[in-house]
Amino acid sequence: MSSANQLLLEAKNVTKYFGTITALENVNLKIHAGECLGVVGDNGAGKTTLMKVLSGLYKPSAGSLHFEGKEKVLESPRDSQNLGLEMVYQDLALAGNLPIGENIFLGREPTTNLGLLKFLDYKKIKELTEAHLGKLKINVKSADQKVEELSGGQRQAVAIARSTAFNAKVVIMDEPTAALAIKEVGKVLDLINSLKKTGVGVIVISHRMDDIFAVCDRVMALFQGTNFAESELSNTSRDEVIGWIMGKK
Amino acid sequence: MDSKDQEKDSLYLKLIPYFEKYGILLLLVIMIVVMHFLQPDVFLSWRNVTNVFKQISWQSMLALGVFMVIVTAGIDLSVGSIMMLSLMILAIVAKAGAPWYIVVITPLIAGFLCGLFNGLGITLLRMPHPFIMTLGTLYIFRGTGNLISGGTPISGFTDEVRYLGHGRIDLTWLGLEKSQYLPVSLVLIAIVYIIFWIFMNKTRTGKWIYAIGGNPNAARASGINVNKILVIVYSLCGFLSGIGALILAGRTDSGYPNAGLQSELDAIAACIIGGASFFGGRGTVLGVFAGVMIMGILRNGLNLMDVSSFWQQVLIGSIIVLAVYVDVLRRDFGTRK
Repeated sequence: MSSANQLLLEAKNVTKYFGTITALENVNLKIHAGECLGVVGDNGAGKTTLMKVLSGLYKPSAGSLHFEGKEKVLESPRDSQNLGLEMVYQDLALAGNLPIGENIFLGREPTTNLGLLKFLDYKKIKELTEAHLGKLKINVKSADQKVEELSGGQRQAVAIARSTAFNAKVVIMDEPTAALAIKEVGKVLDLINSLKKTGVGVIVISHRMDDIFAVCDRVMALFQGTNFAESELSNTSRDEVIGWIMGKK
Repeated sequence: MDSKDQEKDSLYLKLIPYFEKYGILLLLVIMIVVMHFLQPDVFLSWRNVTNVFKQISWQSMLALGVFMVIVTAGIDLSVGSIMMLSLMILAIVAKAGAPWYIVVITPLIAGFLCGLFNGLGITLLRMPHPFIMTLGTLYIFRGTGNLISGGTPISGFTDEVRYLGHGRIDLTWLGLEKSQYLPVSLVLIAIVYIIFWIFMNKTRTGKWIYAIGGNPNAARASGINVNKILVIVYSLCGFLSGIGALILAGRTDSGYPNAGLQSELDAIAACIIGGASFFGGRGTVLGVFAGVMIMGILRNGLNLMDVSSFWQQVLIGSIIVLAVYVDVLRRDFGTRK
């Protein structure tokens, strides 16, 4: 299982200031292929800032990012996407007025080019969407359905499908079950487990201990912008992790 | 889910898209039928129908530009002023004796540059809302138009310059009478609307315009350069206002200070009647066309029936409110499970 243990992404001593506020200070993070890392922490602990640094939305004030062993500087989300690093945002970042397929391929649509004009290849979008949704076993009535007509769980599934449509190696999910009905949570967790099996490294930011303990292999806690604690899941307990979130060891 | 439910469900699913797409055309057809019964001799006569198209010709350009802006959840209040400034520049260039092909291009370039100015202002100056930038340029562009012309009309253009707004395509070779000509402006409307229909529905940029209106954060997270697309949209809106100026120059044979006064509101009204949403991401080119037609036919019909223009204002205002209310009801119907 050498490929399963391959180190995909490493953040070294990442620091981020916003003016005089220190949002992150010397934070380290590692994620391997086929592994799920849970990131926990109280509001304002720096979880979201860390994810935005990893996705290229923020540039770190200090520290570095290494992808498959090589140092990379991310100028924009497009850079991180090109490396195979995808983000599923808490607000899902879907355009409700567009169909499922067009959301999955938004910004990276297959096109036929005619001079300067790029015409969308609707047929290909539909084919690729159906194949991809089928692979992830996501059930929707039609790839042409508008996202605003979907349930919260279906939307989350579309967001995850979107993040994995381009051979993602690492998928970062911000509170993937926060807005979901209880019966839909299970489906999303199943989806995360099946991603892990395909060798994708998954980072899950969550407040919900149930989620962390259902899908993660390792858990790390941020407290006031620093690494506070980290452990294999098998060596810790819910109560201990909840303690970390509150800054108690 | 039992089969009866499924049947009902699929009927909903089948009907809703058609209703959403063509509901506004239904309203248009109803209006035409009603007008025909009220004015059976005149309303559908060749002369009157071509008249309607000539009257809506330049408004339809402004409405199309404003429509694209509204799809991005923005607004452009300056289209009337852009048209006036472009018209004044056209008039000055024409009076200076420039050849017709230069005169014809000037309003298009002027309109495009005005739109570019709006787009850059909104994005680079990080205006809290396009309303503010374009409210500013509504005054700036009209003021500039008055400054360069001295606030007086400049009249008299050559036939080539007037062709798009005033030209006639002879149809006598079809066995029709001399009076049964096709206005060039009607053909122009058709061509421009088809081009922009293709642009909005078939190209990637068009899709991104809808995506920005649907969720700007999603567009940004997808790596779309939102500011660049916005600049393109406002520039195209200005360009279309420039075409409007060229048509108006042909129709009136004059550059005049009050050109396009308050026409931005007509353009917005046409978009709203046509089903575009102020929240962005919703609306069709066909809908805008229907919106422009509905306003044009309403004005024309009320004129034929000698209804005072004050009543026209009341009626158009009522139709705006009614059209949006129908849209609200439609959405309730559409989301019912």
